[in-house]
Amino acid sequence: MSPSLAEALSRIVGARWVRYRPAELATYRADGLPTHESTPGLVVLPGNREEVAAVLRLLHLLQVPFVARGAGTGLSGGALAGADAVLVAVTRMARILAIHPERRRAVVEPGVVNARLSEATLPFGLHYLPDPSSQSACTIGGNVAENAGGPHCLKYGVTTNHVVALEVVLADGSMLQLGSPQGEAWGPDLVGLFVGSEGMFGIATEITVRLEPLPQAIRTIYADFMSLRSASEAVSAIIASGVVPAALEMMDQSCLKAVEASIFATGGPTDAAAVLLVELDGPPDVVPAESCLVETVLRQLGARALRSATTAAERARLWQGRKKAFGALGRIAPDLAVQDAVVPRSALPDILDRVGEIRDRHRLEISNVFHAGDGNLHPCISFDRRDAALVARVQTASREIMEACLAAGGSITGEHGVGSDKMTYMPLAFDPDTLGAMRAVRRAFDPDERANPNKVFPLHACREWRRGKGTAA
Amino acid sequence: MSQAILARLGALLGDACVDQDPKGLPRAIPESEDALALVCRTAHEEHWKIRVEGRGTWLTPDAPADLALSTRGLDRIVSVSPADLVATVQAGAPYEAVRRQLAEPSMWLALDPPGRPERTIGSVLATATAGPLRHAFGPVRDHVLGCTTATGDGRLVKSGGRVVKNVAGYDLTKLQVGGFAGFGIITQVHLRLRSIPRADTTFIAHGSRDALASAGRVVTAAQIGAAAVELFSPALAADSEWVLGVRLVGSEATVEAESRRLERETTVTWQQLPVERSGSFWSLAARATLGGPVTIRLGALADGLDESLDLVAELLDEGLISAGAGVGTIRWTGEASLDRLRTLRRQAAGREIPMTLERAPWTLRRSLGHFGAYREGVGQLVGRLRESFDPGQCLSVALEGAEGE
Repeated sequence: MSPSLAEALSRIVGARWVRYRPAELATYRADGLPTHESTPGLVVLPGNREEVAAVLRLLHLLQVPFVARGAGTGLSGGALAGADAVLVAVTRMARILAIHPERRRAVVEPGVVNARLSEATLPFGLHYLPDPSSQSACTIGGNVAENAGGPHCLKYGVTTNHVVALEVVLADGSMLQLGSPQGEAWGPDLVGLFVGSEGMFGIATEITVRLEPLPQAIRTIYADFMSLRSASEAVSAIIASGVVPAALEMMDQSCLKAVEASIFATGGPTDAAAVLLVELDGPPDVVPAESCLVETVLRQLGARALRSATTAAERARLWQGRKKAFGALGRIAPDLAVQDAVVPRSALPDILDRVGEIRDRHRLEISNVFHAGDGNLHPCISFDRRDAALVARVQTASREIMEACLAAGGSITGEHGVGSDKMTYMPLAFDPDTLGAMRAVRRAFDPDERANPNKVFPLHACREWRRGKGTAA
Repeated sequence: MSQAILARLGALLGDACVDQDPKGLPRAIPESEDALALVCRTAHEEHWKIRVEGRGTWLTPDAPADLALSTRGLDRIVSVSPADLVATVQAGAPYEAVRRQLAEPSMWLALDPPGRPERTIGSVLATATAGPLRHAFGPVRDHVLGCTTATGDGRLVKSGGRVVKNVAGYDLTKLQVGGFAGFGIITQVHLRLRSIPRADTTFIAHGSRDALASAGRVVTAAQIGAAAVELFSPALAADSEWVLGVRLVGSEATVEAESRRLERETTVTWQQLPVERSGSFWSLAARATLGGPVTIRLGALADGLDESLDLVAELLDEGLISAGAGVGTIRWTGEASLDRLRTLRRQAAGREIPMTLERAPWTLRRSLGHFGAYREGVGQLVGRLRESFDPGQCLSVALEGAEGE
C-alpha cells in the first residue's frame, strides 16, 4: 500500500496510530478463527468519531476498501483485511460515554470491552446482558457487527435486543444517527438492520444500549446424564414446562474430559455422557419454585445426579467448566475450529447423533459445548493445521455438519457470523433472489462495496449478479 | 383502465381471487405467495400502483392506487412446532384465529395488538403495533424469527428462519417489521411462541394519572415480573378515572408470589379482576383504540412519561390513551388536524421522542407520512432501500411526509 496513504492517514490520527511495518501488520493477520489469515495493507487506529469519519472520507476519495475491527476475537474471519485494504481498528475508542441508571441506558464507544461495561454499571445494580464467551476481551462494537449472543441470551435475547440507538459512519464518511434512547425507531428499524451486518454497512462510533437490573435471585443446577440423547431431550422438556431459564448449556463427555484434564478441573463427572447447566433467575419467591419444577423434569428425563448452587462462589464453580471449556479444549491439539450452527431445539438429539457419526467417519476429535436452550451448537474440532490431510477432513466434516443443520431446519450460524469462513454455505441457506436482495441492501449503505469486502456473499450466487445487472466488486 | 386491470388479474389468478372494493377498485386476493408475487411483478411491468391491504380493519383502505392487493387469501397456519415453540403463519391469517389455534397445543403468541380480533398478522407486523405485553415480551420484532416478503417487482425474499438464534446474512426481517409495506408485502412469518402460562391474572387500580404512572414505575423498579403495566385514560378504559392495569403471568406459584409483592411494594389500591373479566379488560382496551380516525405512537422513555403525556394532552387531547408505564410507549387515538399532529411530531422530536403515525386517513398519511421527515442523511438511505425493494415505486405507501416538516 502506498506510503502516501500512510502519510495522509497519519495527518488525521497521528503517526503513532498508523501501522505499516510487516511485524506490526502481522498482529492483525487473523482473528479468533485459526483457519484463515490475511495481512492488511495498513492499519489505522482512530481515536474518536471525527477521526473515523475523516479516515473513511479519505478512503472514499481514494476508493480504498476498509475493514473495521474490534478486539479481533471473532470466530468467522470477519475482521480480516486483504493487502489492498485498510484495517480500521476501533480499540482506542474505548470510553463509556454515559451511564443513565434511571433510564437503564448506557452510551459507549465501539472499543469498550463487553465485560467492562457491566463492571462499570454494577454499582447501580445494573448490567449489560449479552455475554459472549469472549466477553472479557471482545468489544461492544464487534458485538454489534456480529449480533453476538452468549449463554444468557436464551431468556434475554442477543445483541440486537439490547441496542437502541447507533451513531454510524458510512463508507463515504457521512455520519448518521439511528434509533432513539427508548428504542422506538425514527422510521424503519435501521438499528435492527445494522446490527449483525458484519461491518459491511459502516462503522458504529457510538452505541446506546439497554441495561437491565441484576437478578434478585439466581440458582444454577448442574445435571449429569449417562446418555447424550436423554440430556438433549431434557432441553426441550424444560422449555415445554413453561420455565424459561436464563441459561441452558450443554457439554458432552469429550468436553468434560478436556476440562477435567486441565487446570480448570472442578471434579466434574468424566464418566457422564453429557452435563446440562441450567441457570434460573428472578424474584426470590419465584426461583425456588421454578428450580423444583426443572429438577423434576431433569430427573424424569434420566439425570443421574443434580447439584445446585445459589451463592456466587458456588455458582462460579459450577460454571467454571463451561466458561473455560474452549481454553481446556485448546490443550487437545494445536488448533481448534469452533463451529457454530443452529437447529430447532427438537432436532438436538438427532443432530448430535449425526455430528457423532460425522466425527467417527472422518476420524476427528469433536467436542460439543453449546447453548442447548437456543439449539445453538458449537462442535469444536481439534486439529493441527500443519497436517494438510487432516485440515481437508476438518473442512469436509464442517460442511457436512452445516448441511445436516440446514436439513434439520436450522441455520449455518447462530452467533459467530458468516465472515469469510461460511460464505460458501450461503447459497445452501438462501436462494438467489434473497442473496440478491441482501446485496442490494448492502449497496444502499455502501454503493461501492468497500466496507469489509469479500465477506458473507459469494457474489456469483446473487440473482442480480447472474443477470448481469449488478456491478461485481 | 379498471376493467382492463380486473380482467388481467382474473386471467392471472382466476376470477375467484379477484373482486372490486366498495369504490370499484380492482382487488386481487391471491391464495399463494407465488400468486401474490405474480401480481406484484405484473404491476411492476405495467406501472400500476398497488394498495396493500389485510382485512381493512386497521389502516383505512384509501391509498390511491390502480389496484388493491389483499393478503386475506393467505390465511393458513402453515406449521406449528410445540417442541420448538415456533409457528409459521401466512400473513393474512387473522390474529385472533391464530391465537385460538395455537392455544389448543398450549402455545401462546405473547402479542396483544390494538385493533379488532380479525386484524391480520401481516398488519400487526407491518405496522409494528405491539400492545401492553411489550412490557415483558418486547416489541413486535422480538416475536418474529423470519419472514417472506414479496418485493414491489415480484421477487420473493426470505429472511431469518424457524430457529431462535440466527445471524446468517443481514436481518432483513427488521426492515419489514414496522416498514408499513414500504419495502414489500409480508406474505409469511415464522413466529416465536411461548407456553401458555398456567396462571394469568390482572390487577387494576384507579386514580390520578400521575399517581398511577408513579405506581407503574415502582412496579418496574421493584422488578415485579409483570407481563404488562399499562396506563389507560378514562375514555379508553370507559371509567371515570385513569386506570393502571398490571398483568401477571406464569406458574401459579410465580403469580401468587408476584401478586403479594405488587400489593406490598405499591401504595395504590388494587382490585384483582376475576378470570372472566381479565381477558375482556385487555381486549376491550385493544378495540377501543379504534375509537377515532387517527392513531399515533410516541417512543417516550418511562422517566419522561408524565411530560410526554402532558404534551399530548396540550396539543391533542386526553382522549383515548394507552401508555406503557414501564416501557414509556404512548398510543393515542382521536381526531386531530394536520397542523396539530405536525406540531406534536416536531416538539416530540425535540425531546428525542419519535412519533409514528400508525393509522390515519390517506390525506393525513400523505402529508405527514408514517414516519415524517428523517434525520440528516437517513432519508437518502431509506430512499435507496425502498428503491431496491420496489424499483418501480408500485407500493402506494407514504412513509415520509409529502409536504416535508
